[in-house]
Amino acid sequence: MTAFIIRRLLQAVMVLLVTSVIVFVGVYAIGDPLEILLPADATPAERAQVTRTLGLDQPLPVQYFGFLMRALQGDLGTSFVYNQPAVQVILQRLPATLELAFCALLLALMIGIPLGLLAGLRPGTRTEETVMTGSILGFSLPNFWQGMMLIMIFAVMLGWLPSTGRGRTGTVLGIETSLATMDGIRHLILPALNLALAKIALVIRLTRTGVQETMPLDFIKFARARGLSGRRIVSVHVMKNIMIPIITVLGIEFGSLIAFAVVTETIFAWPGIGKLIIDSINILDRPVVVAYILVIVAMFITINLIVDILYSVLDPRIRGKR
Amino acid sequence: MAVLRLPTRMGEGIVAASINGILRSTKATIALVVCVMLIGAAVFAPWIAPQNPYDLMQIDVFDSRLPPMSEGYTGMIYVLGTDGQGRDMLSAMLYGLRTSLGVGLIAGGLALAIGASLGLIAAYAGGRWDAFLMRFVDLMLGFPTILVALMILAIFGQGVWKVILALVFVQWAYFARAARAAALVEVNRDYVEAARCLGLSHWRILFGHLLPNCLPPLIVIGTIQVASAIAAEATLSFLGIGLPITEPSLGLLISNGYQVLLAGLYWISVFPGLLLLLLVFSINIVGDRLREVLNPRLVK
Repeated sequence: MTAFIIRRLLQAVMVLLVTSVIVFVGVYAIGDPLEILLPADATPAERAQVTRTLGLDQPLPVQYFGFLMRALQGDLGTSFVYNQPAVQVILQRLPATLELAFCALLLALMIGIPLGLLAGLRPGTRTEETVMTGSILGFSLPNFWQGMMLIMIFAVMLGWLPSTGRGRTGTVLGIETSLATMDGIRHLILPALNLALAKIALVIRLTRTGVQETMPLDFIKFARARGLSGRRIVSVHVMKNIMIPIITVLGIEFGSLIAFAVVTETIFAWPGIGKLIIDSINILDRPVVVAYILVIVAMFITINLIVDILYSVLDPRIRGKR
Repeated sequence: MAVLRLPTRMGEGIVAASINGILRSTKATIALVVCVMLIGAAVFAPWIAPQNPYDLMQIDVFDSRLPPMSEGYTGMIYVLGTDGQGRDMLSAMLYGLRTSLGVGLIAGGLALAIGASLGLIAAYAGGRWDAFLMRFVDLMLGFPTILVALMILAIFGQGVWKVILALVFVQWAYFARAARAAALVEVNRDYVEAARCLGLSHWRILFGHLLPNCLPPLIVIGTIQVASAIAAEATLSFLGIGLPITEPSLGLLISNGYQVLLAGLYWISVFPGLLLLLLVFSINIVGDRLREVLNPRLVK
């Protein structure tokens, strides 16, 4: 067990190192930050001075080594634009993204499970066919276009909900959140729905499969024989069994919600890390791009590592295989 | 000898089985017809489009931002309206479809070729190579497609071939996993043993005998991945890090319309979006049906 965890940890570190090299070299190659940072009439002396402060005059390996040493101390450089440490810029915006992803996850469960139950309990009917075709539609709807349509319908045509920004935020338990004010919640609805849609489709499929696998089992027949109502059988006995895989998959999918938040945040001008990375790519804010990629890769490696370790604790066969 | 011919026969039968399976479902048949029509429209875009939207001689700035069904300066009817430069939307969409489908098919095809080959080799070689490759595949699949593509483009900049490269890089792993899973079952079959005894080259066993028998899951995944490649390209282009402005795909058209959507000029982004949705949706319906027909018990 310990050997397994150590091997996995080493692998994780390797991946992170390789990513950092690729990212550093790649980002170094795309553009000259001096062009963006300095006004067109900058004197050569000013150029030289900025180059020195940013360390751009050093050879690439030296720059990378310094970067790595500083990264290990949590310093991934200073944003050219915000003039703050890049990691800090990202961490400031992370709560907004997490809030959005969390609400989307909740919405996916609240809408997806009832629809999945509906389809699963009526196999072979038109209801099932409609729900399942609808879920393919949910997978197929391009996320960004669907967000634009939400804005067009609910913000422009009906004028019910605001289309951009986070609204007024309040503080709950020391966390700044949009969920604390009515205005904030109104701002949250459309982006959360936009982000949730593909996951709703996923939850529908998982729930339906779960229901159809559980219903023929003996304990359900036994519950029927005991005279329990259909409602109770579904809401207690079936649900208990299908929630485990759903929660597991959604736990893993949380990462992909954070990834897709890039699209949602861009459309709804939501001030999270997704909008930050797109803005930073466009204005070549190199340290923020590098920091974002490394933070996200580290986050995913950690999530995957935890999932792997949990599985190997639960299922010893996995340990032997690798 | 019959054993040796079996693989080829199965390989040929798959196409017939797939088409038969699709035709037995009305929904899938309609979706397949839509797919074929869209591909036809994309291939013949230069001949069926009312104008060449990228020929400056044919577009007129006076006709910019006309709503659908309006008559232009020269008397031409713009069925779906015009965009900010006075381009006919219908023509722009047909050309955009060409780009989107092209990128999706090339990326999906390359990913299939690379992923399936690696998966087959891993299953056939076994041991250390297999373990190493599958570890890498697991690692790749641990990251969401759009995020990896975004990172690659953030690092290397935009461009048609860079987008294709990014898509292939994120998609090959799906094919590798499916091909390996299918091949692991096949590798122990008698016909592979027989082929080995005949002294056939590894190359020939892999691609002449194993591959045809591993096709069903690859066809299903291939269909779904082409749809996902098209959607991913559109998303990346919308974010402004995908295709350059000189290669306007459907995603870029939608993105252009996004700027004026809030002003009520809905047609510039709504129609290309509907076309994109129709394309991705019908490919996915066909893929879903193929999964039922070929039933490779795969998990996406």
